[in-house]
Amino acid sequence: MKRFAPAVLALALSLPGAALAAGDAAHPEQRSWSWDGLFGTYDREQLRRGLEIFTLQCVNCHGLKYIRFRNLTEIGLGADEAQAIAGQYEVAGDPDEWGDPTVKPAELHHPFPDPYRNEAEARALNNGGLPPDLSLMAKARADGSNYIAALLSDPGYNEGDPDESGLYRNPYFPGGWTAMAPPLWDDMLGDGATVEQEAEDIAAFLTWAAEPRMEDRKSLGLKVVLFLLALTGLLYVCKRKIWAKVDH
Amino acid sequence: MEGFLNNGLVRWFDSRLPVFSYVNEHLVVYPAPRNLNYAWNFGSLAGLALMIQIATGIVLAMHYTPHVDTAFDSVEHIMRDVNYGWYFRYMHANGASFFFIVVYLHVFRGLYYGSYKAPREVLWWIGLAILLAMMGTAFMGYVLPWGQMSFWAATVITKLFGAIPWVGESVVNWLWGGEGIDNPTLNRFYALHFLLPFAIVGLVVLHLWALHHKKSNNPLGIDYKGPQDFIPFHPYYTIKDAFGAGVFLIVFSIFLFYAPNYMGHPDNYIPADPLKTPPHIVPEWYFLPFYAILRAVPGKLDGVIVMGLSIGILFLLPWLDTSRVRSATFRPVFRWFYWILVLDIVVLGFCGANPPEGAWIDIGRAATAYYFVHFLILLPLIGWFERPLPLPDSIAKPVLSGGPAPAAAIARDKARGERR
Ligand code: HEC
Ligand code: HEM
Repeated sequence: MKRFAPAVLALALSLPGAALAAGDAAHPEQRSWSWDGLFGTYDREQLRRGLEIFTLQCVNCHGLKYIRFRNLTEIGLGADEAQAIAGQYEVAGDPDEWGDPTVKPAELHHPFPDPYRNEAEARALNNGGLPPDLSLMAKARADGSNYIAALLSDPGYNEGDPDESGLYRNPYFPGGWTAMAPPLWDDMLGDGATVEQEAEDIAAFLTWAAEPRMEDRKSLGLKVVLFLLALTGLLYVCKRKIWAKVDH
Repeated sequence: MEGFLNNGLVRWFDSRLPVFSYVNEHLVVYPAPRNLNYAWNFGSLAGLALMIQIATGIVLAMHYTPHVDTAFDSVEHIMRDVNYGWYFRYMHANGASFFFIVVYLHVFRGLYYGSYKAPREVLWWIGLAILLAMMGTAFMGYVLPWGQMSFWAATVITKLFGAIPWVGESVVNWLWGGEGIDNPTLNRFYALHFLLPFAIVGLVVLHLWALHHKKSNNPLGIDYKGPQDFIPFHPYYTIKDAFGAGVFLIVFSIFLFYAPNYMGHPDNYIPADPLKTPPHIVPEWYFLPFYAILRAVPGKLDGVIVMGLSIGILFLLPWLDTSRVRSATFRPVFRWFYWILVLDIVVLGFCGANPPEGAWIDIGRAATAYYFVHFLILLPLIGWFERPLPLPDSIAKPVLSGGPAPAAAIARDKARGERR
């Protein structure tokens, strides 16, 4: 009987890993993140730096449709600051008196708008590549946070020139060539940060965007697990006591 | 309970609808073998997992929209905006995996202790029917979030029916409700995913009915001789099952709260795209051994048939296993082959997880062949040739007279002595 447990653990733990091990792209280096571990939380300052990089650069080509401007208050922005960011984007308004479409500034309840009208426009302006929505990117790639940081900070990618067809060499991108020009440069926010640091900041921001309830999850988890440990310990004691009465 | 049942009001109600005496009969005074070990906890854990799936599923259903344009968004809405939505969704997704973990352990318990043998064949069949219904439910549930893996797993699996001669294509179109996997497919999968768990509840009732009719098997695998072999279900097994549930919930919670996407596939966070096939389409882990068997056989139709047979032959297991001794504890040869079978199925799992290239093809074929050899050739032969160890006289006797040493160990030591 005791041999059941190891066999099952081995099965449970190894299969998903085995499934993901396939593929030829380079494996991203493992970084340490503020949210690692049982008690890890997001570093709000890092998230705000990531947000700045996002609104300066990535937003020109990528959507972030599951993040509404009001969600930015969760990473420490005031409602007025979030409103100010929203106001920089346009969304569809009510039709005017002639029935023609209008636009108006976005408000807190609007999500980040997609920069392109449709896929054709997105591809036309990006050398055939389609910039994906980034809301779930950190969960939609294996080892997502490390992957994004590695993808954007690779020195060869950042220093390299495009090939004849305008693609850039990046060992982390599936297939090895990407239509995205290196989007980061040193000191882009004027704070002296290197591309390496910026890549981590934007990866952190995108990790939050993909899993904004992670801190709630971990803190509830701690309470639940501690409660269950106490309860189960108690049940074990009861079990011993009750069973002490019978030979078995 | 005694006092409760004698209460006038309770007696009045009970004589009109005997729910209270029914509970008393099946959960309180119900006689259970006194020697059940922790492998017997997995049945109640499977029941717990089923209840968790139904409870969390109902909550998800209140916020989910079954439409190809909005299904993915509605799941993200649950994850981000619904109060504790992430909790219910992760509980449901991980709950499915844990449901399979405990059910597989439950099945392997049965295989080890010969629980499928007479007089429990029908009980075993109903268990297999539950397993099949669970597979259908989990497969259709996995399609609902409408991610890339949802879509492509649905494509791969539904297209298998195209292998049926003559009518294959019509059957596939009938399943899809059209010329391809589209909104009608998602809608019917949702309806069936909602329905099937309740069919499982019905099957579970039959399962327990058959169980309580013939009573539990036990680690010694011997028949009961009299009341001294039993103890009442309550409090002995209620407390033991409650403790088991605690352990289960701790392990479950660790995944749920700290690694909720560990058993999922990242591609399912990419919205379904019918024009873009993912490089590796892999099913959820609990289907991997069957997926490996499917791919091990050249020819689509043959693959489907062999995969079906891999579960189908389990229905014949009570007759394929020719030994009259139930428990592997007293079957020195069978015991070895049992663990080799477990290893074989783990290997099949790895084959299913890896692309069918290079060595994986041969390993997959060998492991598939061995799976069938085990059930169709080895099991009948072992039953004929194996010399089982002497069985204890009764459940109670080795327990009551043998002191602290478990009966199995005594029997094993005795056998070793004899052989030397
Ligand atoms: C000039 C437009 C442009 C900008 C600015 C841009 N990207 Fe991209 N991005 C693209 C394109 C195009 C693709 C698709 C690449 C392809 O398919 O080859 C892409 C793809 C990606 C991917 C997906 C890689 C994968 O695994 O599929 C990530 C992650 C990404 N970009 C992150 C960022 C981040 C973070 C920023 C801001 C720092 C950013 N991008 C800025 C155009 C851009
Ligand atoms: C036998 C029990 C059940 C099993 C094994 C099961 C399994 C699954 C699985 C594997 C998923 C996909 C999870 C994901 O990747 O997100 C899912 C989704 C879903 N299930 Fe179930 N389920 C069961 C019972 C139920 C019940 C009873 C209901 C409703 C009453 C339900 C409603 C849903 C809904 C709405 C979804 C889509 C939301 C989501 O994907 O998270 N399920 N189910």
